[in-house]
Amino acid sequence: MIEARALTKRYGTKTAVDRVEFSVRPGVVTGFLGPNGAGKSTTMRMILGLDKPTEGTVTVLGRSYTGFPAPLTEVGALLEARSVHPGRTARAHLQGLAYTHGIPKSRVEEVLALAGLSEVAGKRAGGFSLGMGQRLGIAAALLGDPQVLILDEPVNGLDPEGVLWVRNLLTGLAAEGRTIFVSSHLMSEMALTAQHLIIVGRGRVLADTSLEEFVRTAGGDRVKVVCADPGRLSTTIAGPGVEVTGRGEELSIAGLGAREIGTAAAREGIALYELTVQSVSLEEAFMDLTRDAVEYHARSLESVGGSR
Amino acid sequence: MTTATVMTTLSPADHRVTGPRVLRSETAKVWSLRSAKITVGLAMLFLVVFGWIFSGTYDPASTNQGPVDYQDAIGISLVGANFAQLVLGVFGVLIAAGEYGTGLIRSTFMAVPRRLPVLWSKAVVAGVCALVVGTAGAFGAFLIGYGLLPDGVQLPLTAPGVLRCLFGAGMYLGLVAVFGVALGMLLRNVAGGITLLVAGLLLLPELANLLPRSWNTTIAPYLPGRAGGAVMILYPDPQSLSPGAGLAVFAAWVAVTLAAATYRLKRTDA
Repeated sequence: MIEARALTKRYGTKTAVDRVEFSVRPGVVTGFLGPNGAGKSTTMRMILGLDKPTEGTVTVLGRSYTGFPAPLTEVGALLEARSVHPGRTARAHLQGLAYTHGIPKSRVEEVLALAGLSEVAGKRAGGFSLGMGQRLGIAAALLGDPQVLILDEPVNGLDPEGVLWVRNLLTGLAAEGRTIFVSSHLMSEMALTAQHLIIVGRGRVLADTSLEEFVRTAGGDRVKVVCADPGRLSTTIAGPGVEVTGRGEELSIAGLGAREIGTAAAREGIALYELTVQSVSLEEAFMDLTRDAVEYHARSLESVGGSR
Repeated sequence: MTTATVMTTLSPADHRVTGPRVLRSETAKVWSLRSAKITVGLAMLFLVVFGWIFSGTYDPASTNQGPVDYQDAIGISLVGANFAQLVLGVFGVLIAAGEYGTGLIRSTFMAVPRRLPVLWSKAVVAGVCALVVGTAGAFGAFLIGYGLLPDGVQLPLTAPGVLRCLFGAGMYLGLVAVFGVALGMLLRNVAGGITLLVAGLLLLPELANLLPRSWNTTIAPYLPGRAGGAVMILYPDPQSLSPGAGLAVFAAWVAVTLAAATYRLKRTDA
């Protein structure tokens, strides 16, 4: 359980996090989503007691992070920026952290194995690829067997196998009743992992919603149909919750599956030329939501060179 | 593999962060870094090898013009302390500021959110390492010199002031390493920490020479390097502090720097 109340962080005149309020519940993966510069990392650093809020509070399991007598056994975290000394081996890095809590050596080996790092445990972390560095960071986060896991962009730099591993790991840990809070700037990744979304932009919470709800408000799944008699098909399938739009022989139908539509068409003897499920692009819905809140807009080439 | 991802269960009650545990962690961290082992080894090497070379090549006839310090057995055999203080100070800066440069400090403070035990542990580890290496190196250098120096200069361990100088060298070098840790934690930057260290130990006394004579003689003995060095001088000249007072003044410098580092540690974001 993580609770932010009027959480604010200002650097001089710039407000990085602006009166943010949210609750992260146990048992589900909560995605923390926003474009670069939205204040995700700053928020996470405040949760972890690394940065002090200018105003407001944030608590984990009901208390402030700095108040935990054994923080690693309650909260595990991976920060976006690498936080490992390149001169130390993976094992020595974890062991150094383990000593602070009297965590046994066997546990260090366990998380090394879990992260798939057993073979490179004796190698210096400076030589690790981005993906291996992420694995080491995740191993460190799991070291204390924490109830709450806070991960900043965990799939950054991971290969497809690593991405799948993180996805399964997070879902598994959430199923065990743990609180999982994962940041990302990729909607597509969150759509596969998270059940709940907190979307931020320019330091403010733009949406706090379940993934299902987000998908539904984004327009839900639609089916594109091209057929010989669109008028008759529309009347056949009409019913509560079914929405049909389109022109010519092409229809776009929401509220019914492709299977039902195909069956109905066959029953009426309407020839179908095309029947396609069109998932709404969550990426687009996310971009619509955060468009005004994007800190760094890329400009097109023409607009940059056009002034000449 | 969706479940059973975490095999061992750890209870918060058994795994509280305690002072000794943080100290254990910081000790292990020092000894798992190559740079730390190299700097400590170099300090030992400088003490012994420079003492050896100076003692072996000492010629009373040719050094008559040299500084007073280099004409007694302590001054000659502990000549390496000038170099050892720099590497041990750098060692202190590295184990403190090095964590900021690499970002490791964030992992460290997530494990020890109260932060202060990290500073104390680093200071203790660095101080004890440098104390042990400094004392051993000083005795080694002196004993080698004892075998090499000519009769007129040679002194036994039991001569007045000799043991004070040798143990004093160890204590001074121990404090220098703590000074390095404090500077590193205060500045959070290796280059800055080393600059201030060199300035405090070597450059300030030189700069003080530029001041009017009366100012210089009043201020210079209290500058960190000059004050701390007094403990290793066998026959103190009247212008410097007494060995005990000198070491105390240097310890005060270290304490003030530690206090400033503590303040920054508690008050500012990691």
